[in-house]
Amino acid sequence: MSAPLLSIRGVKTFYGNIMALAGVDLEVREGEIVTLIGANGAGKSTLMMTICGTPPPREGQIIFDGRDITRLATHEIIRSRIAQAPEGRRIFPRMTVFENLQLGAAVTEFVHFDEDLERVFTMFPILAKRREQRGGTLSGGEQQMLSIGRALMSRPRLLLLDEPSLGLAPLLVQQIFGAIRNLNEREGLTIFLVEQNAHHALKLAHRGYVLVNGLITLQGTGRELLERPEVREAYLDGGRVPRD
Amino acid sequence: MTNGAESARAGTKLDVAGALKDAGLAALVAFGLFSLILGLRTEQSQISQQLALIPRPFLLAAAVAIVFAGRFAVALWFRRGVDIDPGALVPAGLAAKLDRLGHYAAPALLAFALATPFLFYSNRYILDLGILVLTYVMLGWGLNVVVGLAGLLDLGYVAFYAVGAYSYALIAQHFGLSFWICLPLAGIFAAFWGVLLGFPVLRLRGDYLAIVTLAFGEIIRLVIINWQSLTGGPNGISGIPRPSFFGIPFSDDEHGFAAAFGLEFTPTHRVVFLFYVILALALLTNFVTLRLRRLPIGRAWEALREDEIACRSLGINTTHTKLTAFAIGALIGGIAGSFFATRQGFISPESFVFMESALVLAIVVLGGMGSQLGVAIAALVMIGGFELFRGFEQFRMLVFGLVMVAIMVWRPRGLVAHRSPSVHLVERKIIPAAIVEEARR
Ligand SMILES: Nc1ncnc2c1ncn2[C@@H]1O[C@H](COP(=O)(O)OP(=O)(O)OP(=O)(O)O)[C@@H](O)[C@H]1O
Ligand SMILES: [Mg+2]
Repeated sequence: MSAPLLSIRGVKTFYGNIMALAGVDLEVREGEIVTLIGANGAGKSTLMMTICGTPPPREGQIIFDGRDITRLATHEIIRSRIAQAPEGRRIFPRMTVFENLQLGAAVTEFVHFDEDLERVFTMFPILAKRREQRGGTLSGGEQQMLSIGRALMSRPRLLLLDEPSLGLAPLLVQQIFGAIRNLNEREGLTIFLVEQNAHHALKLAHRGYVLVNGLITLQGTGRELLERPEVREAYLDGGRVPRD
Repeated sequence: MTNGAESARAGTKLDVAGALKDAGLAALVAFGLFSLILGLRTEQSQISQQLALIPRPFLLAAAVAIVFAGRFAVALWFRRGVDIDPGALVPAGLAAKLDRLGHYAAPALLAFALATPFLFYSNRYILDLGILVLTYVMLGWGLNVVVGLAGLLDLGYVAFYAVGAYSYALIAQHFGLSFWICLPLAGIFAAFWGVLLGFPVLRLRGDYLAIVTLAFGEIIRLVIINWQSLTGGPNGISGIPRPSFFGIPFSDDEHGFAAAFGLEFTPTHRVVFLFYVILALALLTNFVTLRLRRLPIGRAWEALREDEIACRSLGINTTHTKLTAFAIGALIGGIAGSFFATRQGFISPESFVFMESALVLAIVVLGGMGSQLGVAIAALVMIGGFELFRGFEQFRMLVFGLVMVAIMVWRPRGLVAHRSPSVHLVERKIIPAAIVEEARR
């Protein structure tokens, strides 16, 4: 088997003296959807941010595409074609949809801008309709689409998504998850997904990891994890399998 | 709330009782405030050399009455039962009208500025005032890059103004270089100081940044006061070379500007020339800022103002972005400073006090952060207004404060709050019709 696209080895991250990640090992292979689930405060967002270098890990190593990116500055890490749709969407509220998307393409020097824009608009047609509207006036779902679209504008090889379904109605969650699946199946994009919605995420993902208090406690294929009693106990509503 | 909704339906039903209560409260506060300030006056008795207290009940009563009446009128106006959107106390129609007015305001202001030296050729006072206003317009536009676009609250902007002024004065005096060579040099020097300030404050935001920049402004001033051998200390520098008309001095002899152009000598020539120089510099500033806003770096400034973390996660080098904002802001401030030095012919630390930073910041905030037109109007209103009220010496600051409060209440985001997108798409055809069709559904 070829080397993984992203490999995280023994990463420890601190906020001051508080250890948020206590030695995480994790791999994402090319073409996979990998999901990370865990309770609130487990350190999922911290792991996403650590991959991008803010904050940098205090110990351990992060290898992306054969290159050690552990000590690189954030903008250099992003330039090596990792994109993130961060927790809470973080779109630019006073700027238009179009300007937001433009900023997403900042690292590509706009060489294939029109093409990428069309791709995003095809994926989320509502954004095309709203292109001159200010980001802050979009609905929550539209903002999430914009956040993902903005991340895609840099043509990433690895897309990091932090809770894309947060606060969305079930129908929209389906739409977003459908878009993620399409990106992976049709374009072969590698995706690392953090989710609270464990059931959906594990069904979608090829593999998954469970993070508890800054440590990976379980890993396996999505199906395997869905069957595990510990997972159902903690993340799937006391063992009842919800219907889709 | 139901009450408000009902009265809204009833049209302009007046809530007199509520307004009276409001006004009474305000009058009480006014009484408390004014009873010592206005109600009593201390006077040194001629005979006993002692301080005597003289009560002034009528003045106090008048002040309280004015507050009562004013508050009553305001309260009545706002309690007409109209639902008030706390964000915008101006009725929507009026706001729209103001925005439409903005469309014509920029060309009109520019035309007026261009015509000023002709309209007021014989009025030296107006010309000097115009130069002053334009200097502040330029400073406002410079600070606007830092505060309005990049969102970095800088309370020490006057430092760069000072660095520019002193650089010009020293370079011109010691090396005898002409105004047009010194001007960019002084600007570059100030930009260098901008970067120097930028480095230590990279990690700071908001209040902390404000405090450090405030201190920086004071440090520069103190260095200027104390480095006597170079800057002349509190005495300042005098005899700074005046600008020439591309080599031709404005003097009263056969080599002067008047003689060269066959005109009769008058000092107004120089004033008019200075007026056009600062106008050109200000317009250049505006042009460059508007261009930069459309470039990736300008977009990055605005993104930085909106959300620094998102910026970083998009691969924008925030260090770079902040430093360029500081540098460009300082460059503009420095050029304005060297203009100030050549116009005055004399500079001293007294011209570069914190009040100047505050004034420029007020211009930016009142103008509507990030709006070029708003900043120009605010500079005109504030500096012009300051002059207008010069007669009422002691009330000047009071009126100034009132205007500030009024603008912040009625236009909380500044005179011109509207942020126009940096890109308007002319070319809409790149969205395939099918997508738009799909979006409509
Ligand atoms: N900037 C910060 N400073 C200090 N502590 C932080 C900071 N950010 C996160 N933490 C702490 O680190 C731990 C992990 O937080 P993190 O945001 O990674 O959790 P999470 O798994 O993403 O949770 P959630 O599902 O609620 O988003 C928490 O205990 C949190 O309080
Ligand atoms: Mg999180």
